[in-house]
Amino acid sequence: MLEVRDLHAYYGKSHILQGVDLDVKPGEIVSLLGRNGVGRSTTIKAIMGEVEPQGSIRFKDQEIAGMKSHAIARLGLGYVPENRDIFPTLTVRQNLLLGQKGTRNAARWSMEDMFKLFPNLRERADTPGGVLSGGEQQMLTMCRTLMGDPDLVMVDEPTEGLAPQLVEKVAELLNEIAGRGLSILLVEQKLTIALKISARVYVMGHGEIVFEGTPDDLKNNESVRQEWLEV
Amino acid sequence: MEVFLFSMFNGVLYGMLLFMLASGLTLIFSLMGVLNFAHASFFMLGAYFAYQISKYVGFWPALVFAPLLVGVVGAAVERYGLRPVHRFGHVAELLFTFGLAFVMEEVIQMIWGKVPVPYDVPAALNFAAFTWRGLDYSAYRLFMLVVSVGIFVALFLFIAKTRVGLMIQAALSHPQMVQSLGHDVPTIFMWTFGFGCALAGIAGVIGGNVLGTEPAMAITLGPIVFVVIVIGGLGSLWGALIAALFIGIMDNMAISYDIALFPIFAMFGVEREAEGIMRDLVDLTTGGIAPVLPYLLLVLMLIFRPRGLFGTRDV
Ligand SMILES: Nc1ncnc2c1ncn2[C@@H]1O[C@H](COP(=O)(O)OP(=O)(O)OP(=O)(O)O)[C@@H](O)[C@H]1O
Ligand SMILES: [Mg+2]
Repeated sequence: MLEVRDLHAYYGKSHILQGVDLDVKPGEIVSLLGRNGVGRSTTIKAIMGEVEPQGSIRFKDQEIAGMKSHAIARLGLGYVPENRDIFPTLTVRQNLLLGQKGTRNAARWSMEDMFKLFPNLRERADTPGGVLSGGEQQMLTMCRTLMGDPDLVMVDEPTEGLAPQLVEKVAELLNEIAGRGLSILLVEQKLTIALKISARVYVMGHGEIVFEGTPDDLKNNESVRQEWLEV
Repeated sequence: MEVFLFSMFNGVLYGMLLFMLASGLTLIFSLMGVLNFAHASFFMLGAYFAYQISKYVGFWPALVFAPLLVGVVGAAVERYGLRPVHRFGHVAELLFTFGLAFVMEEVIQMIWGKVPVPYDVPAALNFAAFTWRGLDYSAYRLFMLVVSVGIFVALFLFIAKTRVGLMIQAALSHPQMVQSLGHDVPTIFMWTFGFGCALAGIAGVIGGNVLGTEPAMAITLGPIVFVVIVIGGLGSLWGALIAALFIGIMDNMAISYDIALFPIFAMFGVEREAEGIMRDLVDLTTGGIAPVLPYLLLVLMLIFRPRGLFGTRDV
């Protein structure tokens, strides 16, 4: 589904990504773990075309490195950024509407599905997104991206700053998404939900992948956890 | 009383015309960060296109096609002029639009000459709609008012209700997010620019035959439009509306009433009999200073409230 090979990216002169390789297969949940500032968000932004990528990024057997982000999104790649980026002056409903790409094809998700999953959002359908709580905003961002009917969603630190029950809710939603046949690339710092729901995990350190395996492999690999994950 | 009503009416009309220019200018600014110095040139282009089209097929087709053409020219300017300049920063963009204003003026002079062209009010509307206490009010002015209010309502509905309007609102603060949801933001920018130019074009079509269609019309009106958006607050449509109406009404009132400013000078102990330079000063009336009033307001606004009435950021 997604194959990234030898991906490099720069911010000005600083060489942030130094040859990242990673794969996501159809229907798979894959996590990209690592400490603050190692380049996880940059990896996703480079895949999405928001940061200029060098190297090869293939999505559904098509080279997407160098394409504009709206075109990449239209191929079926969804992106939920870490800072949430809801449209604060637009209502919840309008935020969700803008998630749709305006194509005629029937989408996997309707607004009704979103409201069923998150009754909170239905109650606040006509309130501006800017006044929602952090948790509600996180749900809204994910739902907004789903409205565009992606085949693969990249979610950047969805549990950051959320209360424990909400973290569980996020995990449920991710499982529900995967249950409908989508692939997920989840970026996390904590292992809590990542180990529970992922089929495979990557650990990133200083712009490169330093570990790849199943959640169990990672649990058993004390040295990788100590060197690259735990603080 | 009738003087008040008529100058109110004319003031609102002039204000709505200013708003048609200011709304596009402020929309483009808030979306793309570009202060388009050539904006009033699109107003002028609208008037000339309308003159040319109405010469062949009459005023009504011109009312529709001239703004459309102006919009297309505007979109092309964004796509092939502004966009390549964009990566050199806002100063480069500003200089580009500054140069564009002069280029457009020169080109218009080359095609239509330096003297005003005979673009007239359409015969069908060239009569007095009503006469009240000896003052005539022309049907064409009523028509201008109807068109401008109609455009204003349509603009607000478009921004608030349509999908594209929502995209524009969202792109104001989060262009990248809108783009990664699969919407082609550069193209939205291009057509918003064209749309803003078309609004100025409509003002040119309905205003050119009253104000006069000549190569200096852009330079005459342009600065006042900037005053409007600064006073209203850069990026605010409501601010642009209020400021445009305010300036329109102020201008007409100052001229119609033409109040002598002498009492103000008298407060500072200046004598009416003063000779020389002071003499011209004390004889000033509001009508005489009407042309500088907007700029006076601009200066005061920048000193005391740099973000304007409804703006969210300082100029
Ligand atoms: N816009 C930017 N300009 C310059 N440097 C940046 C920019 N964004 C990120 N960086 C730097 O690039 C490196 C990688 O950032 P990135 O956002 O990918 O980290 P991350 O792994 O997502 O961690 P976190 O989200 O916890 O900060 C960091 O050292 C960061 O300081
Ligand atoms: Mg990050």
